[in-house]
Amino acid sequence: MSAFSTHFSFEFKSGLRSSTQMLMNYLFPLGFYALMGLVMTQVNPMFKETMIPALVIFTIMASCLLGLPNPLVESREKGVYRSFKINGVPATSIIAIPALTTIFHALISSTLIAVTAQPLFGGVNPERWGVFTALTLLSALAFGGIGALIGVVSSSARSVVLWSQLIFLPSVLLGGLMMPLAILPESVQKVAALLPATHAMQAMEGLAYGRETVYNPMTSVFILTASVILSFALAIFLFNWDSVNNARRRHSALALLALAPFIAGAFLI
Amino acid sequence: MSNHVIRVQDFRKVYGDFVAVQDVSFAVMKGEIFGLLGPNGAGKTSTLECLEGIRRADGGQLEILGLDPGRDARQLRHLIGVQLQTSALPDNMTVAEAMKFFSAYHNIKPRDDLLERMGLTDKRKTQYHQLSTGLKRRLALALAIAHRPQVLFLDEPTAGLDVESRSELHHLMRELRAEGAAIILATHDMAEAENLSDRVAILLQGKIVAMGAPVELTAAASGYTKVSVRTEKSLLLHNSVTFPAVEQRFSHDGYSVYYSIDPGPTVTAILDTIAAQKDRLIDLRVERPSLEERFLEITANGGNHERL
Repeated sequence: MSAFSTHFSFEFKSGLRSSTQMLMNYLFPLGFYALMGLVMTQVNPMFKETMIPALVIFTIMASCLLGLPNPLVESREKGVYRSFKINGVPATSIIAIPALTTIFHALISSTLIAVTAQPLFGGVNPERWGVFTALTLLSALAFGGIGALIGVVSSSARSVVLWSQLIFLPSVLLGGLMMPLAILPESVQKVAALLPATHAMQAMEGLAYGRETVYNPMTSVFILTASVILSFALAIFLFNWDSVNNARRRHSALALLALAPFIAGAFLI
Repeated sequence: MSNHVIRVQDFRKVYGDFVAVQDVSFAVMKGEIFGLLGPNGAGKTSTLECLEGIRRADGGQLEILGLDPGRDARQLRHLIGVQLQTSALPDNMTVAEAMKFFSAYHNIKPRDDLLERMGLTDKRKTQYHQLSTGLKRRLALALAIAHRPQVLFLDEPTAGLDVESRSELHHLMRELRAEGAAIILATHDMAEAENLSDRVAILLQGKIVAMGAPVELTAAASGYTKVSVRTEKSLLLHNSVTFPAVEQRFSHDGYSVYYSIDPGPTVTAILDTIAAQKDRLIDLRVERPSLEERFLEITANGGNHERL
């Protein structure tokens, strides 16, 4: 087996062995899905229209924003990356492989949701499954990059929670997951344009469901793509092997550059 | 052609305003165990970590197998083995997975033979966080040597190991030396350094204050040889006979102990006295100063000794 496949296999199994990872990758999103399917579809039948993309994006966010960063911080603080460094494990693998395995876990849960939402709760299926799958992958990569970046720049588990929730909670509330973006005031829509979830939702609704959207869905695709490239590049650039050795230390504020596509998008769309 | 595989010239490492290491120079040959000794904070780990490519040197030249550890770290990864003083593996990584994981990055087959040798075979499925400190160190060592490195860095390798594991590790180090590996050993254990090292350097406040073979270092000590004598009637304990070349005497645990600057005449005179007093010799010990005594002597004097 190659180094990549051995590393990927270990990280994937690690996600299954860790109770926290299992919670964030499977129990929390699938439990939330069941709750929303049972309650929200009864309270607001319109929710069935957006149920699948909304809960798929929610699942990806739970895995990538709440599950991915903490193990990265813990490993750095415990000196795991020092062991990796002396044995030739490159920084790129340390960032990319946990992100990819987290995405893989998120995609398993997302597939379960996408396949069962219609028969179980009457959720509306996408018109174009291929486009929906591609956009799910793009969204997962975008959130994976942001999660990795949070893990790299956070100094402790406490700051991970702060940064992750700073994106997660507004995304759930304003990103079009629980209520359509179109019904929000224009000023709030501008704020929502800063959130990756908004663009993931807009792209899925516009391109996979063929619905009218607030923003041009192709612009959202472009913003998400730029975010993937920028956040992974910044995560690798800002990566530190350990907390005491500042040989490679660069200012964490550089991580804010990952917001550039969203800020530009908020002004342009 | 030189046999040196490690060259350190005028090496310097600073942390902010604190100079951790300065003007350190030494070389290590192929098939040599080089001990790096010094009290806590002397600069041993800083020196090792710069050589290992984990930290960057702030001055001087470092060279391992003709490569610069700061610039050519990636090339060196497969040529050197490192056991760090403080490091860890992912908590839920099993022993077998650790061997497989790092072997894959070194592009070699997993060394199950090493796991067996280090007594880890029955722990193959045990996760890292469930291992004892000693087992973690054994695993770290197995991983450090799995790819048969030409240069091995060991930072306090026997800390936390039981007697059996320590002995096995010493045996392994001698084997690696016989195969031509150069080993840098940073340790607080003077007996270990004296037994294993071909040469040692004593670091104090970031500078090398003594360097040479352990036997040379101890020979250059204050020059006293300890002569301990025990007799049947203990007559030496109760009289004040003086012996040639003896600078200091005391009694301890039934022994008369003499510090002599010339042990030959001292021992001859002691034996003559015992015979003259019609006493009977039970035990006679003549001991040169150990490396530990030499180390304490050097560090107590703040390193004001000439390098050998």
